[in-house]
Amino acid sequence: MKAWRQPGFWLPVLFILVWGLYVLIVRQDSTREQAFTLLMFVGLASSLNILLGYTGYVSFGHIVFFGLGGYSGFYFLSAHNLPLMLSAILGGVVSAVLAGLIGLAVLRLRGAYFALATIGVNEAARAFVSNFEPFGGATGLFVNYSVYEGFGGPGPALWRTFIYLWITVLIIVVVSYAIKNSRFGLGLLAIREDEDAAMVMGVQAPRAKTVAFMFSAFFPGLIGTLYFFKNGNVEPGDAFSLHMSIEMLVMVMLGGMGTVFGPVIGAVAYQGLRGFLLTNPLFKNLHLAIAGVFLLLIVLFVPAGAIGWLRERSLKLRKVLE
Amino acid sequence: MILEVRGVSKRFGGLQALSDVSFTLTEGRILGLIGPNGAGKTTLFNVINGVYKPEVGQVIFRGEDITGKPPYEVAQRGLARTYQVVRPLQELTVRENVMVGACFGREKHHKGPAAGIADEVLALVGLAKKADQLAGSLNVAEKKRLEMARALAARPYLLLLDEVLAGLNPSEISAMIDTVRQIRDQGITIFMIEHVMQALMTLSDEVIVLDYGELIAAGTPTEVVENPKVIEAYLGDPKIAQRLLAQEPPEPQ
Repeated sequence: MKAWRQPGFWLPVLFILVWGLYVLIVRQDSTREQAFTLLMFVGLASSLNILLGYTGYVSFGHIVFFGLGGYSGFYFLSAHNLPLMLSAILGGVVSAVLAGLIGLAVLRLRGAYFALATIGVNEAARAFVSNFEPFGGATGLFVNYSVYEGFGGPGPALWRTFIYLWITVLIIVVVSYAIKNSRFGLGLLAIREDEDAAMVMGVQAPRAKTVAFMFSAFFPGLIGTLYFFKNGNVEPGDAFSLHMSIEMLVMVMLGGMGTVFGPVIGAVAYQGLRGFLLTNPLFKNLHLAIAGVFLLLIVLFVPAGAIGWLRERSLKLRKVLE
Repeated sequence: MILEVRGVSKRFGGLQALSDVSFTLTEGRILGLIGPNGAGKTTLFNVINGVYKPEVGQVIFRGEDITGKPPYEVAQRGLARTYQVVRPLQELTVRENVMVGACFGREKHHKGPAAGIADEVLALVGLAKKADQLAGSLNVAEKKRLEMARALAARPYLLLLDEVLAGLNPSEISAMIDTVRQIRDQGITIFMIEHVMQALMTLSDEVIVLDYGELIAAGTPTEVVENPKVIEAYLGDPKIAQRLLAQEPPEPQ
């Protein structure tokens, strides 16, 4: 199986490649800002999918990795003047290590218990950071203006951040594809389908789950750093917002759990819907409620999500969509 | 000696599921395990392959104490099993199901070679044509064969079969019996739980009998069925034993 010959690989990669190039060619701040948010959610949803879609574990509090990783990266950047991408990668590492530790303790739980535990972790992290002085406590951290000098001013810095994010999301999609088609990924899918049977077949479930959890935590930490740098500040409310966590779940389920392309499409579609709802005077206060109804409808009627649904329709589509 | 079970006991709350069970299994043979419902047969399998840890006793597999090792470690050492209630990985294809066995079993193949092994094993169990279907779409008989294929793809030294014949019709049963023989002829040792007595009697080299968690008899199939303890405790009614010897199917339960 040569990945570069598979349409299932090319479709999502090309989609993101072309999208980013388009933004770079158009070169408008508003287009970039919109694409930044969208790409960020594509990255977050694809990361969550490694745990939710491949391994079958529902993490309600997944935003904790975005928040804590973002906080850590931001801290390295603003307090220690490390380069942006290095800080972001370190933020990702912090998230992955945290996931590894949580995984050892919490991944023994299954189903609803695991989902509940992840919410607890997120709330605990929020409370911790709100009282942690190096992270600025409840007011958070702000970008030291001198940081922009290295980029030649705030404007170029934002463009550079966008390019970093774009490349990160491309890597996430490639990693997501690689995991799904690897031996490791087969073990994860086996765990998703029947964890006990998988273990009896030799899948080292505790380790595999923890590694999957770490992968799905690393990228949100990286993205978080880029996002908070773009914003210029980070505070506990933005970093650990539970509703963003739930929106990530909706995106993955909307596009198709366990597919590579699904979370990409799901994130774009959900953000489109959200944008419409927020600007529509009738719905603007209800967008979360509508997201909830949406989740309910997906679970009830299209549990496989858009891509999963298409894959079920025909064998041809199965070969094209991964 | 490929498997040695020494004085194994397992308790669930107030229920003594296994008490002081000991036996050995020689390489290349088929050992049958019988006993009434609730006698502890599947529990014994679960203790052997590491799903349960026994309170007392040891499980020695190929000279190594594997007592209390997690199931994946036991599997990687070359001990595979099937489930009585089939557990296919529903949303994966039949081939992928079998590849899990090849990838994570004793030989730990990469995906490429694993696919080759999967196709080979699927041909052996007669599922080659269904390789690209989702496992959830198979019927019961096919799912049983899939269980077997998955276990075989791990290239085990020892295969535990938990009622692979249950729920099959007579022609499916005789096909499955042929498959079991072919597996044995490949040099794989087999330990099987079976309620279809006639099949067990023809397949097994030896039979052991569990009743209320205790091993009450061991020997050749004929010896076991003639054993008064077995007739009394397991079969309850001596007439059933006579019918079994006459090779009639057992009464439906």
